[in-house]
Amino acid sequence: MSALNRALAATIGWVDARYPLLKTWNEHLAQYYAPKNFNFWYYFGSLALLVLVIQIVTGIWLTMNYKPDAETAFASVEYIMRDVEWGWLIRYLHSTGASAFFVVIYLHMFRAMLYGSYRYPRELLWLIGMAIYFCLMGEAFFGYLLPWGQMSFWGAKVIVSLFGAVPLVGDWLATLIRGDFGISDVTLNRFFAFHVVAMPLVLCGLVVVHIIALHEVGSNNPDGIEIKKKKDANGIPLDGIPFHPYYTVKDIVGVVVFLILFSAVVFFAPEMGGYFLEANNFIPADPFKTPPHIAPVWYFTPFYSILRAIPDQFLGVVAMGASVMMFCFLPWLDRSPVKSMRYRGPLSRLALALFVVSFVVLGYLGTQAPTPAMTLLARIFSVVYFAFFLLMPIYTKLDSNRPVPERVTFP
Amino acid sequence: MANDGVDKGRRCFLTAATTVVGGVGAAAAAVPFVQSLQPSARTKAIGAPVEADVSRLKPGERMIAKWRGQPVWILRRSEEALASIGALNDQVRDPGSAESEQPQYAINENRSIKPEYLVVVGLCTHLGCSPLYVPADAPHDLGADWKGGFHCPCHGSKFDLAGRVYKGVPAPTNLTVPPHEFVSETRLIIGADKEHPA
Repeated sequence: MSALNRALAATIGWVDARYPLLKTWNEHLAQYYAPKNFNFWYYFGSLALLVLVIQIVTGIWLTMNYKPDAETAFASVEYIMRDVEWGWLIRYLHSTGASAFFVVIYLHMFRAMLYGSYRYPRELLWLIGMAIYFCLMGEAFFGYLLPWGQMSFWGAKVIVSLFGAVPLVGDWLATLIRGDFGISDVTLNRFFAFHVVAMPLVLCGLVVVHIIALHEVGSNNPDGIEIKKKKDANGIPLDGIPFHPYYTVKDIVGVVVFLILFSAVVFFAPEMGGYFLEANNFIPADPFKTPPHIAPVWYFTPFYSILRAIPDQFLGVVAMGASVMMFCFLPWLDRSPVKSMRYRGPLSRLALALFVVSFVVLGYLGTQAPTPAMTLLARIFSVVYFAFFLLMPIYTKLDSNRPVPERVTFP
Repeated sequence: MANDGVDKGRRCFLTAATTVVGGVGAAAAAVPFVQSLQPSARTKAIGAPVEADVSRLKPGERMIAKWRGQPVWILRRSEEALASIGALNDQVRDPGSAESEQPQYAINENRSIKPEYLVVVGLCTHLGCSPLYVPADAPHDLGADWKGGFHCPCHGSKFDLAGRVYKGVPAPTNLTVPPHEFVSETRLIIGADKEHPA
């Protein structure tokens, strides 16, 4: 045993003399001090990483049998589902993974809004995270065309048309994205390139940058106070614990629970009642027939609702773009002297609650066919949505906050 | 540092000049990559003009031709249908087709070369869904005074029998009229005309 240990130590020593192995391990895991009061909401960062790995691995396996060709794409997906050994599992893992990615990311973002994690000194960390979110939206959009079903086709048609609404260069831009006068084989082929090569590369790069930025400024925590302000004689934060083993072990518990829920969806409800895989997408793309009701997948519907709520094409596109971009301005819109909702007053809490309600309601409305009543509702909640952001400098200043403790609260 | 023999002005100039030349080179190298995203020669060839035969089209019927992978509708309008178009002028957003896309010869009351035949690209000018043809006598829920036209299921835009967009719907302009011309009484070319020959 000790001979084996010695051999291991010698190998590590050999590598360490040539590559900063222990240094990296220590900086990012064994001696990265995270606040000791992390709670449930802190699972979603590591879960996002897990889903990214699931998507990359299942994606590579899907690529082995998928054909990015308008004539054969739809059939190749059915081939994967019926004839490829375990193809159905790999495909369902990938399609469920796409929705799971957004579930995890939305909860991760909500955590940041709950505890003010986007505030100083984490503004750049937040912006890098937003860049990841935008990439993820692009990745999901490109990927959704690949099965070449009716929703793939018409969804892509509508989204690309959004770029056509840009003044002056819109038509040129839309043609540039499609590579054709309409969505066609050419478009499918290039979306495949974006989906399996370009976007994953950018996404992985941004994730690394996100983690480096996080470990530079240190993690926020549910109390929204800086643990680096109180350090012991060795310069270690008094309220910090090493990420490894404490949080690696905690996150494994999260992974187990996540995988239970994830598997339940994969095995028992992979279509999730039409929310994860839409019924119309089991019909091959037909450029001459729009399905009677088209809606994007659930993770885009809040923004889609805002687009539909506005009866002017260009303004609708602008409002939709703005609704996504708004998150980027949070670090500067929020003027509260307190970061965490734990110590914020009723105004901030009410605003965040209303925002969550409007996000969910808009999300629901975006999946439904527009009726006059629903359009009215979408307009009301669009106003609520934007008011949350635009009035933030006012209500966060007026709010009556509670005193923030010196040290983190730990049960 | 001048006594070390370093001419800072010259170094600065050389750095700037190298950066500019390199930048121009990088920009030039980007051109082929952007251009490569444009439709290829084969894509353009597939998008060539197509011919349509309307001899078997009865009044009130609509046929769909395929041009550039898009549906092009040819609608044969009856006398009553043509009469109803003028009456809708105050309900449509762009009655004179001033802001809409069409060749010069389609800027008229019926938006067509021959009053009977409407030729439009069958895609909503909002976000590109294909609207449904809903004749006045077909079952619909578009109101009792619906004179027939097109209804987009995606976002609810409505167009009349001349492809003109109604007020208060998301589509900004009338349905696009593609370049087309009649080569005989009942045969037409879609995608080319005298001004834009194939």
